[in-house]
Amino acid sequence: MKMLEEAKGKWAGALNEVVIGATKEQGGTRTSTVTVGGEKTLPFLAYEGPTKNRPVVAMEILDRVPEDWPKPLTDALGDAVKSPAEWAKKCVDQFGADLICLKLQGTHPDFGNASPQAAAATVKSVLAAVGVPLIIWGSDHDEKDNEVLPRCSEAAKGEKCVIGAVKEDNYKTLVSFCLADGHSLIGLSPIDINIAKQVNILVSEMGFPLDRLVMYPTTGALGYGLEYAYSIQERSRIAALGGDKMMSMPVICMIGQEAWRAKEARASAEEAPGLGDENMRGVFWEIATASALLQAGSDIMVMRHPESVAAIKNVITKLTK
Amino acid sequence: MYVIGERINGMFTDIGNAIAAKDKKPVQAMAEKQLAAGASALDINVGTRVPKADRAAVMQWLVETVREVTNKPLCVDTPALETMRVGVAAAAKGGLPVVINSTIGQQDKLEAFMALAHEFDASIIGLSIDEKGVAATCEEKLEIAMRTIAAAMEAGVDVEKVYLDPIVLPVNVNQTAPGIVLETIRQIKMLSDPAPHVVVGLSNLGQGALEKHLINRTFLVMAIGAGMDASIHDPLDEELTNAMVTAELLLNKSIYSDSYLKAYRQG
Repeated sequence: MKMLEEAKGKWAGALNEVVIGATKEQGGTRTSTVTVGGEKTLPFLAYEGPTKNRPVVAMEILDRVPEDWPKPLTDALGDAVKSPAEWAKKCVDQFGADLICLKLQGTHPDFGNASPQAAAATVKSVLAAVGVPLIIWGSDHDEKDNEVLPRCSEAAKGEKCVIGAVKEDNYKTLVSFCLADGHSLIGLSPIDINIAKQVNILVSEMGFPLDRLVMYPTTGALGYGLEYAYSIQERSRIAALGGDKMMSMPVICMIGQEAWRAKEARASAEEAPGLGDENMRGVFWEIATASALLQAGSDIMVMRHPESVAAIKNVITKLTK
Repeated sequence: MYVIGERINGMFTDIGNAIAAKDKKPVQAMAEKQLAAGASALDINVGTRVPKADRAAVMQWLVETVREVTNKPLCVDTPALETMRVGVAAAAKGGLPVVINSTIGQQDKLEAFMALAHEFDASIIGLSIDEKGVAATCEEKLEIAMRTIAAAMEAGVDVEKVYLDPIVLPVNVNQTAPGIVLETIRQIKMLSDPAPHVVVGLSNLGQGALEKHLINRTFLVMAIGAGMDASIHDPLDEELTNAMVTAELLLNKSIYSDSYLKAYRQG
């Protein structure tokens, strides 16, 4: 044990703590809140210090039926995917999601072009259906997001949601609304640590508090850039612990979105007979991606399959024991 | 970089006048300005206008005045042991961080100042000066450096609290000295693992020279490249700060972003 003690890292900095969700007493209607960040050591090194707030698992839901999701995934979720509110409720009640990540993909001009009003109504229906905090993502269409997300921000005012994403060249509109409505923000950077820092600086220059920022450095699935994502997250965590205040934000990972994009997760048994059980491949891909990125320093794992969620929650429990 | 802001010094007219009038405001404003500009610690020096007999009392007033506005490390700057004790006691009150600036490498002085550092859990700057004067060569400077480290260990002062100052002299007085200091910094960095901290009183270098700001700035960058990790200078000198932040960036000690200069000032 002496060797371990001598190998202890000495860190000057700590991750910011971000509180997501507001209860009735705090001006919202959530029945539970989530706190992420606050770490003072690299992940899960119990001999250097405790894990201040354990990583959390959010389940991803869409505002439209996920027609392009593989069958093993939609089978596991069942008919609930036809209604965002039902889907969210099932994720919380049956699958144990710590929070819900609502992706407004249906607002994208190519995927239904739902109106800002319709999106705001969806947000309200999900907030009414579950008590956990909410993450709201746009459709990654800058112009449409700038119309849709302000309405969603207003509709969820006081609920302390996390809304995303702001980018280096598109942040001002969303920053103003989230600042006014009390939400936190996700800063997106395309696997680029320098741009990640730049986004944080730009957003904070508008007077946005650093403890309401979460970083999305983009996620790469196993076999599809995982090692790049890992190195960037690890380096940014080391910088944060070294005292870089502009890198001290908790990190969100879009595990499900990326893992279920992999050929190994999507291909049917007929298309890829040599890859093994099609019902388990995607689940394993999601678990492998998530368990690696936990070690790099990740705070919010956004996942899709109930079995992957259960497995990763179990991993987190074991790592933080 | 551990930047020790040099501006609270009675040698500067604004601070000298404030000390004479016992006016806290200019002193406290200067403390806050330097910290906002990125200073990690603040040097406190009563200057030479104060008669010797009054220096301890004035040091106490000056330290207490600054302590009203910050809990950051204060760097008590005097060669006199008694004044030092009074200043350090005032600065360390309530367990707050303090730096002793400074001791020379003469054995009896080393022992007395190291004992003080131990008593107040203070950091301490060790100059490469001894009874023979300023060490001129790299070998002499290193010898004093090793003597200083040994004295710290003897007194129970953590080596990580020791800052070795190889002494820069005005370049218009001695043009070979800066190169010798740079070589000394490189060698000090190889003395132990983790390496001892190195600090210089930067402004001395450009003293009296027409291009003093450029001279100080250029040397700071070179010294950072050689391994120096602390400096006593004016953090309000923007060009100097920009050059320092950029040098650290180029050594991969911070993460680049287009607004990295702003990030330094916001952090």
